[in-house]
Amino acid sequence: MTAAVGNPVFEVVSLKKSFGGLVVTNDVSLSMAAGDRVALIGPNGAGKTTFVNLVTGTLAPSSGEVRLGGEVITGLDASARVKRGLVRSFQVTRLFQDMTAAEHLGLAVLQREGRSGRIFGNFLTMPDVMQEVEHRLETLRLTALMHRKVREIAYGQQRLLEIAIALALKPKVLLLDEPAAGVPQSDVGLIEQALNELPADLAVLMIEHDMDLVFRFAKKVVVLAAGAVIFDGAPGDATRDPRVREAYLGSYADAGRVA
Amino acid sequence: MAVDVSSRDMGAMRRRRRRSLMRDVVGVGVIVLAAAIGYFAFPDNLALLTRIIAVALLVLSLDLVTGYCGVATLGHAALFGSGAYAAGILSAHFGINDPLLMTLAGLIGGALAGLLSGLVMLRAHGLPQLVLSIALIHLFHELANKMSSFTGGSDGLSGIAPDPIFGRFEFDLFGNTAYVFAVVMLLVVFVLLRILVRSPFGMLCRGLKEDPLRIRAMGASPKRAIVKMYGISGAVAGLGGALNAISTQVVGLDTLSFTQSAEALVMLALGGTGSLFGALAGTVAFMMFQDYVSSVNPFHWLTMVGALLIAVVLFAPKGIYGTVAAFLEKRREGRP
Amino acid sequence: MQTIFSIGIDALAYGMILFVISIGLSVTMGLMRVVNLAHGAFAMIGGYVASYISRDLGLGYAPAILAAVVATIVIAVPIERFLYRRIYGAPELTQVLMTIGITFCIIGLANYLMGPTLKTIPLSDVLQQPVDLGFRSISAHRLFAIFCGLAVALCLWLAIEKTGFGIRLRASVDNAAMASALGVRTEIIYAVSFAVAVGLAAFGGVVGAELLPVEPYYALRYLVTFLVVVSVGGAGSIGGTLLACLLLGAVDTTGRYLLPEFGEFFFYLAVIAIICVFPNGLMKGAK
Ligand SMILES: Nc1ncnc2c1ncn2[C@@H]1O[C@H](COP(=O)(O)OP(=O)(O)O)[C@@H](O)[C@H]1O
Ligand SMILES: [Mg+2]
Repeated sequence: MTAAVGNPVFEVVSLKKSFGGLVVTNDVSLSMAAGDRVALIGPNGAGKTTFVNLVTGTLAPSSGEVRLGGEVITGLDASARVKRGLVRSFQVTRLFQDMTAAEHLGLAVLQREGRSGRIFGNFLTMPDVMQEVEHRLETLRLTALMHRKVREIAYGQQRLLEIAIALALKPKVLLLDEPAAGVPQSDVGLIEQALNELPADLAVLMIEHDMDLVFRFAKKVVVLAAGAVIFDGAPGDATRDPRVREAYLGSYADAGRVA
Repeated sequence: MAVDVSSRDMGAMRRRRRRSLMRDVVGVGVIVLAAAIGYFAFPDNLALLTRIIAVALLVLSLDLVTGYCGVATLGHAALFGSGAYAAGILSAHFGINDPLLMTLAGLIGGALAGLLSGLVMLRAHGLPQLVLSIALIHLFHELANKMSSFTGGSDGLSGIAPDPIFGRFEFDLFGNTAYVFAVVMLLVVFVLLRILVRSPFGMLCRGLKEDPLRIRAMGASPKRAIVKMYGISGAVAGLGGALNAISTQVVGLDTLSFTQSAEALVMLALGGTGSLFGALAGTVAFMMFQDYVSSVNPFHWLTMVGALLIAVVLFAPKGIYGTVAAFLEKRREGRP
Repeated sequence: MQTIFSIGIDALAYGMILFVISIGLSVTMGLMRVVNLAHGAFAMIGGYVASYISRDLGLGYAPAILAAVVATIVIAVPIERFLYRRIYGAPELTQVLMTIGITFCIIGLANYLMGPTLKTIPLSDVLQQPVDLGFRSISAHRLFAIFCGLAVALCLWLAIEKTGFGIRLRASVDNAAMASALGVRTEIIYAVSFAVAVGLAAFGGVVGAELLPVEPYYALRYLVTFLVVVSVGGAGSIGGTLLACLLLGAVDTTGRYLLPEFGEFFFYLAVIAIICVFPNGLMKGAK
């Protein structure tokens, strides 16, 4: 459906999923090249999170195919997809309450390097790991929270930590599920700054409700409604598209946010 | 300003690491001290103390999968019993009586049983998984029962005659050597496990217990981690089994029983899951209590264990160690 | 031929007994999501009460059944109120510990009050007679057990499919939070289902005493079997439970007849194999 310029690094072909009789993903296709910035939007319950769950292997699709760098990964386990470079963040933060920020990042770095199975040593004493951890925290201005447990960290900063973990896995394709969801308005700027500083060659698909953020971030918008793609094009055209207006105005009282 | 916060945090981290290191030292100290007190307080009952240590290894091993990985199991004695039979069979049937080789056999036997259990347990979750664990322990039990030419069946495996350790320290009638052997083994295992739970793998498992989906999203395979932990856990339980075989010179079917598995879980819950100290405290408290009650009134033993369990769930869900640790933590935070 | 027929009848009777005892466990597990390891203990209490009424007091089989069901419910309801309610929604490990604690207590008390020996429940005269089917005669008790199983299955099916209580029960099983938001008082549903489940367990404990003899370790000895039935059948499914009971009854009985030496071994092996292939229960299919 979407023709990405250059070699697509990430392709989804005719993905379908139904829960019993409810079709939540209806023939969705998508293609992204390195460096793409795509926003996936749509009213609540449109199936955006389900789409991410399907492509990352958290849920099994009813039919369809997912390709990463040309390789079909539809049958692979979620963890194997991450190893190949397809990484996601969660709509609601999933972090370990009793672990520190440094421990989360250390674990991600060790995992990426295949060292998370080591049964001796402590990464706090591994200079290479610690250097990277410190660097990544610094980039997201989280250095001060390095040795704080997650339960002591404000939600906005937990969202940043989620992004940091995803980046520490050195993804080729990053799927961000509402990175600013639940963040107080005063902290949204921090998230946006982090988004702007994402590596340039990374392909990023972001789900987001805040249209201002979408306009500034994305070069392309895909609109999902009731599981199907109803629009795919430039952000500016999206708000003028009658089907998009219909989807939002028909089922979503807060029309002001689209306009 | 930011630098300030950060340096305060670095301090906090250093303090935390120092405290953790200190706990290692204190832990080793407490074990040595408790062992010495036990030796002088119960000189006629060293056999009981040795058995407590063997069971403590089983409970530590259970803590690895239940406390650190979140797998509830009622079949963990399969690992302990396999270690015991491996060590016992080596001596009784193959005439290899070197206690260190027997210990090694126990470790390997336990690890293999652990890997097998882990692979089976992975197949299901929730109630079916629990049922798998119960079916596994019964299967092991039946197998040992039926292969009586090898295992002695319900009469138990006898004819185990360990040589002196290093050819010098003979296993005496009073159980002195066995006790010292047991204490040394426990210390070595304890230190190694402290290292394990702080290692990257230990951290991975802690994360796995809290949120397997997050762990998968980091690219780690929960299944592989659980099987690996089961293998390690089996090695530890196998050591306990071997110790039991060497010190008592018999192996009974009860080492491979549902009851032993359930009791291990009770001990772990009593002490507190997810901490090595909890596992040790629970084992000692339970087995001392058992020894006392069964000498007073064996009839009520099961009723008391049941009541104890209910009380723990209702009033001390973190167990003995967890409750004390939380109390101390609160006091420490209360101080400026 | 002879053997096959008697294996078949025994397997069927055994399967039906398993069904009567386990179906309550299955429904409560599906409904309350509690891993209840004490279910067998309630069946055992039923057996003890019946034995006392019918053997020690000589009051006959039918009053014994009735008394067993009533007494077990009377004992179980406070346990539900004060202990089970504390563990609804708790982690699995907590539920295991609590319910195994209850089981241990009941075993210990049974041992203390009734002694360690087997307790028989004398059958009424009618049930002791063989019934002549023309070509074969079979024990009336076996027939009675099969009849009880079918009757329980039918009554439960009617109650769940055709009554208002059944509708609310199904709603609570599907989504307890939603059901209570819609005004269903889930704690009452829980309490009633628990009482019914325990009553059925006691009933099964009495009727099945010939096959599963009553003694203090009953609660642990057959626990695995009941739990296996639920996990193989899928918690909350009547059809699945019935199927699982018939299947396991057949495996177990055949094993005991043909390979008495290795019966239990193959039983547990079969259990592990079935769960590994159908981790979500037979009716939900392999996944
Ligand atoms: N596991 C599930 N079972 C049944 N329905 C589900 C499940 N997960 C999501 N859904 C349904 O799928 C639809 C899409 O959900 P979701 O992907 O979370 O929407 P979005 O992220 O766009 O808000 C919703 O109607 C939701 O109720
Ligand atoms: Mg969503």
